[in-house]
Amino acid sequence: MSLNSKIPNGEISDKWDDYKGHVKLVNPANKRKLEVIVVGTGLAGASAAAALGEMGYKVKAFCFQDSPRRAHSIAAQGGINAAKNYQNDGDSVFRLFYDTVKGGDYRAREANVHRLAEVSSAIIDQCVAQGVPFAREYGGLLSNRSFGGTQVQRTFYAAGQTGQQLLLGAYSALERQVALGNVEMYSRHEMLDVVMIDDKARGIIARDLITGKLERHFGHAILLCSGGYGNVFYLSTNAMGSNVTAAWKAHKKGAFFGNPCFTQIHPTCIPVSGDYQSKLTLMSESLRNDGRIWVPKKKDDNRKATEIPEDERDYYLERRYPAFGNLVPRDVASRAAKERCDEGYGVGTTKLAVYLDFADAIKRYGRIEAGKTGRADLDEASIIALGKAVVEEKYGNLFEMYEKITGENPYVVPMRIYPAVHYVMGGLWVDYELQTTVKGLYALGEANFSDHGANRLGASALMQGLADGYFVIPYTLGNYLADEIRTANIPLDHPAFVATEKEVNDRINHLMNIKGTQSVESFHKRLGKIMWDKCGMARNENGLKEAIEEIRELKKEFWSNVRIPGSVSGINPELDKAGRVADFIELGELMCMDALQRRESCGGHFREESQTEEGEAKRDDENYSYVSAWEYKGESDWVLNKEELTFEIVKPTQRSYK
Amino acid sequence: MNLTLKVWRQQNTEDKGALETYQVKNISSEMSFLEMFDVLNEELIVEGKDPIAFDHDCREGICGACSMHINGRAHGPWFKNTTCQLHMRAFKDGDTIVVEPFRSAAFPVLKDLIVDRTSFDRIIQAGGYVSVNTGNSQDANAIPIDKKNADDAFMAASCIGCGACVATCPNGSAMLFVGAKVSQLALLPQGAPERESRVLNMVAQMDKESFGNCTNIYACEAECPKGISVANIARLNREYISAGFSTES
Ligand SMILES: Cc1cc2nc3c(=O)[nH]c(=O)nc-3n(C[C@H](O)[C@H](O)[C@H](O)COP(=O)(O)OP(=O)(O)OC[C@H]3O[C@@H](n4cnc5c(N)ncnc54)[C@H](O)[C@@H]3O)c2cc1C
Ligand code: SF4
Ligand code: FES
Repeated sequence: MSLNSKIPNGEISDKWDDYKGHVKLVNPANKRKLEVIVVGTGLAGASAAAALGEMGYKVKAFCFQDSPRRAHSIAAQGGINAAKNYQNDGDSVFRLFYDTVKGGDYRAREANVHRLAEVSSAIIDQCVAQGVPFAREYGGLLSNRSFGGTQVQRTFYAAGQTGQQLLLGAYSALERQVALGNVEMYSRHEMLDVVMIDDKARGIIARDLITGKLERHFGHAILLCSGGYGNVFYLSTNAMGSNVTAAWKAHKKGAFFGNPCFTQIHPTCIPVSGDYQSKLTLMSESLRNDGRIWVPKKKDDNRKATEIPEDERDYYLERRYPAFGNLVPRDVASRAAKERCDEGYGVGTTKLAVYLDFADAIKRYGRIEAGKTGRADLDEASIIALGKAVVEEKYGNLFEMYEKITGENPYVVPMRIYPAVHYVMGGLWVDYELQTTVKGLYALGEANFSDHGANRLGASALMQGLADGYFVIPYTLGNYLADEIRTANIPLDHPAFVATEKEVNDRINHLMNIKGTQSVESFHKRLGKIMWDKCGMARNENGLKEAIEEIRELKKEFWSNVRIPGSVSGINPELDKAGRVADFIELGELMCMDALQRRESCGGHFREESQTEEGEAKRDDENYSYVSAWEYKGESDWVLNKEELTFEIVKPTQRSYK
Repeated sequence: MNLTLKVWRQQNTEDKGALETYQVKNISSEMSFLEMFDVLNEELIVEGKDPIAFDHDCREGICGACSMHINGRAHGPWFKNTTCQLHMRAFKDGDTIVVEPFRSAAFPVLKDLIVDRTSFDRIIQAGGYVSVNTGNSQDANAIPIDKKNADDAFMAASCIGCGACVATCPNGSAMLFVGAKVSQLALLPQGAPERESRVLNMVAQMDKESFGNCTNIYACEAECPKGISVANIARLNREYISAGFSTES
């Protein structure tokens, strides 16, 4: 099958306007007859469901939590980018576009990224209009900070709870549409398959997680906004329930999977403390604005951080990357931390950690505060107290979170941090309209592969999720639905609905009847270990080949020895989890295959065979300037399709942050 | 450390339910409270028993899913803390810990420690929003907002919708939750046009959902994991009274 990305013709800066000017429209009377299913109500799904409801479509939205307000988006901390240039520091749509393409290590589609940068401003306007309480300056205007991989301040934030505030904004817009009767909300429901009729997606099978019953739902179009699959690594910063099931079922029904191996390992997370650990906690990248990262200059230095004098500390990011310092992109910062720890300079009991130190920032802010009020002669302790207050206002909730988990006070001793799986750039392949390779089936937010190439810049996922939901899909969906106005609702006893429900039911019964000896969790942990060791921060040919074999073995064992207690009816979290882990196992295999075929390093994908003399990632544009789009053929059987990437505006160069 | 757990077990909403006793061994003080439950559940599964069902997702204190009543306190012994952020260093070897679901007439138990909090969603549906359609907005900096009001609005908006305030209140009142949302929007110019209808409709919905009345006990503030202040209840009352007057006149 040849991939058509449907990128509009014309100048990059005109494409989206031209598209909107010519796209097919659906008149209001017809909108009321068209039903849209939205799977997932995080930022992408809640914004899409709300916007489509406002336009008059009949929307059904699904999420597996008890309320849409609890989607994983709620946990995003640091901020959201927009090319507002409120700081007058040289930002523009072009610069945001440029930074994103470069930050993605030239593996993203230019046209999509440009559109994202164009709509970014409107997102901030929309959120403020909803009452999202972003941080403000004393003059009453919005405040900004910088994030990794950029040299301008374009990140809007609400303390360290930006995702919460944005999601609650989208949630309130969604609940308003629920109240108006335009959206029907199905919480505690899990979508378990796509129903295909004549090569179009026409509905879903969902399971009511309270009763355990399967349900059939028809839609003229289906939007998957089901989030990312970082939990394939077991330990990640994602919420415990985040999973790939919706996307994976769609993949098995014909939607190609784009760049599955592109994973983002975030440099600043609280390190693993023991094997009971269930998840990892992020310490927002915004902390790198003020925190300085270092390790001791001496190997195996067991002194306390505060006892190591200044000249015996190695601020390795500032040393290696003087232009960007502590604000290099995530992939670069993560690899640098791994390199120091692998060489024996790590700190803490496990030696798998580096310091993130706020002592300098506290003093700097303290002096500024003292200066503001003409108290420049204050003693050190008072200056530190003033500085602490400033740092607390910026990052208070993160510092609190750190202290609760580790029992250490980061205002006094430096944080210990280590990289952890955080985000996936890979996802369902979509064209410019966000449509997958299945007609009528769309993917939005982290669930698609679209805008971040091989590495996502901080504060850009929230931007992308809301761009997709508020400002892209309301236009592109009409282009498809305009031709569907004559399609009457398909009755739920159509053979395709019956057959798909039976497949889902059979699989559930199969799982329940294995009655083995090992818990679902134990399989998930083993999968995570294989993935982290062999498809994690550094990958090589041998390791990946071994991983594929090991995952196939694990899959056999899972399907013959997993133990799921309880029954099919009623609440059964173990059964819910079993289905998700079964899908993660299959995905893990595909991720390793994808990593194996890409014999270059790019962004978060580091192939040990492809590095420069200084140990930086080395791209191979001649051979790998494409999106890999995997087509499912059968068990352990995929065909690789390639979408060639062409760069008309941003000419690929070896990325340098020195 | 070794601990004795007494955990509420209830098959479904109709079931009566009862406390059951479990022993857990070799619990590290570094573990989170929910990780201790993971360990227990793993043992129950291997023994062929039904694991304990509980709500959780983010495990970092922001989604508001976790909802355990631990030794008589919503979210356990630490202040300004959620169940998922509680760590085992809060307990000592040999302790007995009683774990029950959040209890309130408006939060029926679904299974074990899982309760139904959809009443909160319905309260938001009644008016917890600004009626602005997508694309209808002016430039974000066209609406300057006093920093103090913006900060207070943010503090109110940081409610995670967990329901600890309701579970803690002897009357099962949802005033802190409702007050937080009403305050956030009352403090911002964006909320002004619907100020009166919002507070009246949200309070009406709250009354419909079998939440109790507020009698100024303020246990809610003490147990709220996000430190939402009872000043928000006072603002809710003011908003309600002035809305009542202006709609009657
Ligand atoms: C700790 C953390 C901090 C972050 N901080 C930032 C930040 O500061 N800035 C930034 O830009 N990005 C940040 N990110 C990334 C960003 O939060 C996510 O990429 C983004 O929120 C994803 O939004 P989404 O709407 O695509 O998916 P999600 O928010 O994950 O929502 C997924 C939805 O799908 C539903 N769902 C999934 N599967 C099914 C199914 N089978 N059936 C029914 N429903 C289903 C879920 O219930 C949920 O409603 C952070 C991520 C993490 C982990
Ligand atoms: S006010 Fe506090 S206790 Fe009540 S729901 Fe909100 S966060 Fe929870
Ligand atoms: S699990 Fe999210 S707040 Fe506790």
